[in-house]
Amino acid sequence: MELALAILITVVGASTPILIAALGELVVEKAGVLNLGVEGMMLIGAIAGFVVQFHTGNPYLALLCGAAAGTAASLIFGFLTLSLSANQTATGLALTIFGTGFSALAGSSYSARPVTLMQPLFPAEFYGNPIGRVIFGYSFPVYFSFVMVVAIWYFLHKTRAGLILRAVGENDQSAHSIGYSVIGVRYLAVMFGGAMAGIAGACFPLLLTPQWAERMTAGRGWIAVALVVFASWKPFRLLGGAYLFGLVMTTELYAKAGGGPLSAVPSELWAALPYIATVVVLVLISLRRDASTNAPACLGKPFLPAN
Amino acid sequence: MPNRLELTGITKQFPGVLANDQVSFAVKPGEIHALLGENGAGKSTLVKMIYGIMQPDAGEIRWNGEPVVVPNPKAARKLGIGMVFQHFSLFEALTVLENIALGMDAKIPSRELEGRIREVMQTYGLVLDPHRTVATLSVGERQRIEIVRSLLLNPQLLIMDEPTSVLTPQEVEQLFTVLRKLAAEGCSILYISHKLHEIKALCDTATILRGGKLVDTCDPKQETSRSMAEKMIGSGLKDIVKAEGRAFGQPKLVINRLRTNKAGHFDVPVDNVSFTVRAGEILGIAGVAGNGQNALLDALSGEIIGDDREAITIDGFGIGMMNTTERRKRGLCAVPEERNGHAAVGDFSLADNSVLTARDRLGMVVMGLINSGAAKTYTGKVIADFAVKALGPSSTAGSLSGGNLQKYIMGREILQKPSVLVVSQPTWGVDAGAAAAIHQALVDLASAGSAIVVISQDLDELRALCDTLAVINMGHLSAAKPVKDFSIEEIGLLMGGVHGASEADHAIPA
Repeated sequence: MELALAILITVVGASTPILIAALGELVVEKAGVLNLGVEGMMLIGAIAGFVVQFHTGNPYLALLCGAAAGTAASLIFGFLTLSLSANQTATGLALTIFGTGFSALAGSSYSARPVTLMQPLFPAEFYGNPIGRVIFGYSFPVYFSFVMVVAIWYFLHKTRAGLILRAVGENDQSAHSIGYSVIGVRYLAVMFGGAMAGIAGACFPLLLTPQWAERMTAGRGWIAVALVVFASWKPFRLLGGAYLFGLVMTTELYAKAGGGPLSAVPSELWAALPYIATVVVLVLISLRRDASTNAPACLGKPFLPAN
Repeated sequence: MPNRLELTGITKQFPGVLANDQVSFAVKPGEIHALLGENGAGKSTLVKMIYGIMQPDAGEIRWNGEPVVVPNPKAARKLGIGMVFQHFSLFEALTVLENIALGMDAKIPSRELEGRIREVMQTYGLVLDPHRTVATLSVGERQRIEIVRSLLLNPQLLIMDEPTSVLTPQEVEQLFTVLRKLAAEGCSILYISHKLHEIKALCDTATILRGGKLVDTCDPKQETSRSMAEKMIGSGLKDIVKAEGRAFGQPKLVINRLRTNKAGHFDVPVDNVSFTVRAGEILGIAGVAGNGQNALLDALSGEIIGDDREAITIDGFGIGMMNTTERRKRGLCAVPEERNGHAAVGDFSLADNSVLTARDRLGMVVMGLINSGAAKTYTGKVIADFAVKALGPSSTAGSLSGGNLQKYIMGREILQKPSVLVVSQPTWGVDAGAAAAIHQALVDLASAGSAIVVISQDLDELRALCDTLAVINMGHLSAAKPVKDFSIEEIGLLMGGVHGASEADHAIPA
């Protein structure tokens, strides 16, 4: 029972940053932009969040600064791809490389310095028993990620602004000819994606490892990008997907620690499992003919007004 | 009563082209006013300025007597100007209702909007289910969305840009009924077209543009189609010269139970298609876009390779399992509908584009090396014979205008003297003079003994050009008959098929 509880709580912790980053990327892609720089924006958010937490000890301020740093990084991407119509794939990859290098440089003097983890959102009385612990025992980002799943679904499908965003991702020329600002909508979406990636990055020092380590996001940004496709651009499927990956990653930890038959499997294999799963899932999805029908039709194409 | 819309001295300069030069005309309330001209005459530029997509360099626009500036389409809609584009600004993955909501400037709750949509549909007899996804709709139905969207704004002027180019004759009639009803209620209509008989049937006034200048404003009912066409082109119009009573030779291209598999989500495959084209014969295939024409062309050209060798035969030789290159060697050349990116590579020079399709037939590749001299000479001949406006064989295909590229592509295939030529939309977007030249070249090729298949949505073109005609609907091909044995009504019914005829009965669910 204790072990199940511990595993569950670890799964939630591991899944939350992936879910938050993927939700941001989902909105970006729904607007027709493919930002492969999620990993880089997460690292920039992570170092910003770490530094603020280290100096102020205020985790909410750390999350906010992580979001701001992620947004700033996304604006580099936005300016290049939206204002200058640069290739989105190449620019996204460059952003990831930049984020990796920048965070390593900015964090070089902080390595191995500890910070305090973010405390649970609710007072301790709420989670004295196991059930309370499962429901109320998490810190703010976990609840935030759940709220955002519903909020993004509602925004995309029930609001006019969401409809416009989908329209821009579906057919940019038509949206332009009707009179919507394609570039404007995409900037907002890219910035939102940056903020979410920044928050997701800041979750790493605040929720998972209370110290700075280079490349501490360890490829989770890439998993987030893959998850968006895996989830067919649907927020609730994204929730399921993120937790599936969280579970696979957590299994690794417990398999190594727990002994028994699971630990007989080489730990490298366990560590590779989420990434193997990503590949398998993407291949399986590609085999389904109609899988791409929910994909935004203009995904990854730069917008140049016809007139 | 002041004029609904009055343009005075409208001028628009593009780099290198004067798109509109001192154009002035007026549209009265309730008038159906035709704007007539060839491709590139400046019609689209003019209406884009009225609708606020572009701004004129000089001149004045008056709306109901008041001078106005229309900075963007939103402002145009606010004035009461609606526009139905030739290429619809629709979102395929969204529903009819969502599409219409996107086009509305005011925020209307979707339930209320749906009510108003149903009201407009009822009033004008435009049947459509608001909850269907656009991707599943026919072109005619898609146009109805655009019309409904415009009508919801209670426009005083509705601009229709080439609205009938993709409709069946019956759909055209339905559209005209709607437009006449609107005009009777006082809405002015600016109707852009180059189809003269439609303008004669529908419009009260016609303004004719040529080369950006206003040529004439006339009453189309007082003019003949020919006199208007000559004003539009600026010179006498040539008729297609066909040798009278020419006899056809042996069956050349024989298609026997050809079928393709469904490839994409919105693709219509062809099923059990059989026809025969004799030497010297031009067979036309009519049909509304999206009824399997693409699959048919791909299956004939070899882009889709079948599993039955005998499904396609040339002079009795089965080529059904050959690829494009092998078929070309056997004498079958094809021109697909999409000219840039499919029939030609935009970033390649014209000479290189010639190598791509003519290399084997004209020996442009020797021992794996391109004979660029031969390619340039041949391309130069195409440019000269088909009056392609290009700097030379080394111009890139993408730098040509659509009509000129089409002339080049048609020329490139025709001058290879294929024994079978399959073309889709041979004169799409080409002006009347050039279209006549392409038609004549096709007729001459047929006279020399080739078998030709023309897939087109333009019935006028098919009736003028072809000897025999068949109609494709939902992947099925009707029996081929001599053109003169078909009435327009009969073709229209075949084009609409079951799909069009019963549409009205089930389109609005209760």
